[in-house]
Amino acid sequence: MTLNVKERRNKTGTVLVATGEINSETSGSLLQALLPLVREGKPLKIDLTAVTYVSSAGLRTLLVVYREAQHAGVAVTLYGVSEEVRFVMSATGFLDFFETGEAAAAAAKAKAKAAR
Amino acid sequence: MSEAQSEQVLRVDAYPTHEVGGYRVRAGKPFPFGANVVPGGVSFSVFSDQATSMTLVIFKRGEPEPMAELEFPEEFRTGSVFAMTVFGLDHENIEYGYRADGPYDPVSGHRFDARQILSDPYARLIAGRDVWGVEPDYSRGYQYRSRVCLQDFDWGDDTPLGIPAEDLVVYETHVRGFTRHPSSGVTAPGTFAGLREKIPYLKELGVNCIELLPVFEFDESDNPRSNPETGEKLFDYWGYNTVSFFAPKAGYAATGRYGMQGDEFRTLIKDLHAAGIEVILDVVFNHTAEGNEQGPTISFKGLDNATYYMLTPEGYYFNFSGTGNTVNCNHPVVRNYVLDCLRHWVADYHVDGFRFDLAAILGRSPDGTPLPNPPLLELLAFDPVLRHTKLIAEAWDAGGLYEVGNFPAYGRWAEWNGKYRDTVRSFLKGDPGVTGELATRIAGSPDLYSSRGTSASVNFLTAHDGFTLADLVSYNDKHNEANGEGNNDGGNDNASWNCGAEGPTDDPEVNALRTRQMKNALAILFTSQGIPMLLAGDEVARTQQGNNNTYCQDNELSWFDWDQVDDNAELLRFTREMIAFRKHHRELRSTSHPTGQVRENLGLPDISWHGERAWQPDWSAESRLLAVARCGTGDDDVVYVAMNSHWESHDLELPALPGGRSWHLFADTGAEAPHDIRTPGSEQELDNAGKYLIGPRSVVILVGRTNDPDRFDTP
Repeated sequence: MTLNVKERRNKTGTVLVATGEINSETSGSLLQALLPLVREGKPLKIDLTAVTYVSSAGLRTLLVVYREAQHAGVAVTLYGVSEEVRFVMSATGFLDFFETGEAAAAAAKAKAKAAR
Repeated sequence: MSEAQSEQVLRVDAYPTHEVGGYRVRAGKPFPFGANVVPGGVSFSVFSDQATSMTLVIFKRGEPEPMAELEFPEEFRTGSVFAMTVFGLDHENIEYGYRADGPYDPVSGHRFDARQILSDPYARLIAGRDVWGVEPDYSRGYQYRSRVCLQDFDWGDDTPLGIPAEDLVVYETHVRGFTRHPSSGVTAPGTFAGLREKIPYLKELGVNCIELLPVFEFDESDNPRSNPETGEKLFDYWGYNTVSFFAPKAGYAATGRYGMQGDEFRTLIKDLHAAGIEVILDVVFNHTAEGNEQGPTISFKGLDNATYYMLTPEGYYFNFSGTGNTVNCNHPVVRNYVLDCLRHWVADYHVDGFRFDLAAILGRSPDGTPLPNPPLLELLAFDPVLRHTKLIAEAWDAGGLYEVGNFPAYGRWAEWNGKYRDTVRSFLKGDPGVTGELATRIAGSPDLYSSRGTSASVNFLTAHDGFTLADLVSYNDKHNEANGEGNNDGGNDNASWNCGAEGPTDDPEVNALRTRQMKNALAILFTSQGIPMLLAGDEVARTQQGNNNTYCQDNELSWFDWDQVDDNAELLRFTREMIAFRKHHRELRSTSHPTGQVRENLGLPDISWHGERAWQPDWSAESRLLAVARCGTGDDDVVYVAMNSHWESHDLELPALPGGRSWHLFADTGAEAPHDIRTPGSEQELDNAGKYLIGPRSVVILVGRTNDPDRFDTP
């Protein structure tokens, strides 16, 4: 199983869309794609909608990206995390590190509500 | 460039020097043992004293046949350690093992067999039993496959809690059984992740330490028996049969099928710590799953049988564990193995302590005789990594060595106090002649631990092994038929009493008495000096239908039924308030044994004994009533606990209190709920200051304090 990545840039930052599985074979190329984006310093969204499986090595790669982003002061958000991937990330604690799209949207909504 | 990148420097040992079986390799590092990811490859290191050759066997993950068999070149051997770095391996997608060749000479202790593929004793992960209860494929030649694991968990700011031993309230539970019941309502029943979802319950209950039955990889399917009534397969549910000592059990992880059990277990521990709860592992170093001469060869037996096991002069296995073999714990190599293992769980999993199953074996020499100064126990007591962990011994073994009170402690070891259990059970039943010993037990067993302090005593009334609390008051005899051993397994000396009917009954009087007896037990346990341990579910009257040995019952007999949280809310509330009460009263947690010395601030002794008349305890054989008053230093309150196991009520004369204090009622198990117990700090002042009528088979707890609301300490 391979992993395809595509970048999409907009005014608010960069979106990296991943398709396939993130495992020890594919996580190297994902890291190569993500690290330069982190270094650009703009908010980064990782769209995992089309990612079917994230292995232990894959989760570690995402966490490395998170730590690099933290080092660079860049916000990283995961989007489109499937139920299965979310369950694995939650059970293994990795989800605690990330801001996910759903959570971010809920926080924005709560903020807007509080402001009213 | 980040810090991580700046550290990526070229290393000489990142380059291969040899080629073996088509793989690029170089000599590995003997230490650390096991499989460790190094630049460009994986370093494999394994010890065998008598092997003539060693072969590394590598599988692509999940494949039945090996993808490579790499014999260690002679120059890769240092001493008796074989070490090799293999380059270009995808560490996440391989499984490995060893073939060790050498003499097959059982009389000399050697059982080498190069046809067998052996697990690495240091494997951090094991594949092969990834999901609990899935029927294994026995046609595979290698069942318990070693896996490579990165040790890079992000612990954030997690640190050991370092809760003083005397402040612990231990909760003994089983990872699977705690949430496997359909009523648990968790996302992943029966797993580390499921247990993690129940942290709020534990926190609310007030326990600050969980002790987990074995979590090292074991094979639940290694029990050949079935239930004689239903024909259902029986499991090795408890797991006191370790297959691999460094690997967390995959079948306990919702993510075990992905090989992420390590991360899942660490996440559980991290979150427990965040909730103020420590984690103690029940560890089994006295024997392994390899059994005796008839048992399977999994790892040690084929790598170095004569080193790892205690053998008779004829080469048979000594059996001090009752399970076929006995680990040769005080052999220098094995001592280091045990130490490495415990260090691993502390350093890489942040575990806070260990309870050692049949720990008396850890003090035996290679020929089985008890050592006066066992080097393993000393080593563990003083090890720098283990220095602040809790070490708790089950201070007996199946070979008849009973060391309760005498376990070589080196100032560090605590013990499961079996004498506490037996004495309090006997008293609760109403046996005669127990009052004197009861006093000794609730005062922290000074007869056993005079030089070690009260926290050497782990006080318990029930544990996984034996009746639950509800069954202790519901059955005179064990009912283990479901275990398929003709009710011959499990202990016979339970000191239990069914309160008038064997098993479930509709008799309201019997049921009321059972509830009261459970409250009496909890009241005594949580007001005794020493570390209290509660068996999971006892707070909601969990029953095993009279089965006192559910080691093989992976079903509702063993599982925590969460419906009971509502059904037995009265007992749950009682337990919570008792735990809270203990936390509010330092005098119950004093590390030193009481001496009877008068506290200057109160003019009362630190401990005093009373009967129907104040200051006049009745130590006679027919006495079934004892009251104890404790007071601490400073402005501590006075705590008075009257225990009546007599079937009649008694008028108690209460001791007079100094300094404007008066007696306030905290608990009376003879009273109907909700008047059976109060929240600490809201105790009700007694109308009749000098007297209290204690009901039949009841415990009464009073607090002597002033009415000044600001006086109350927060814990």
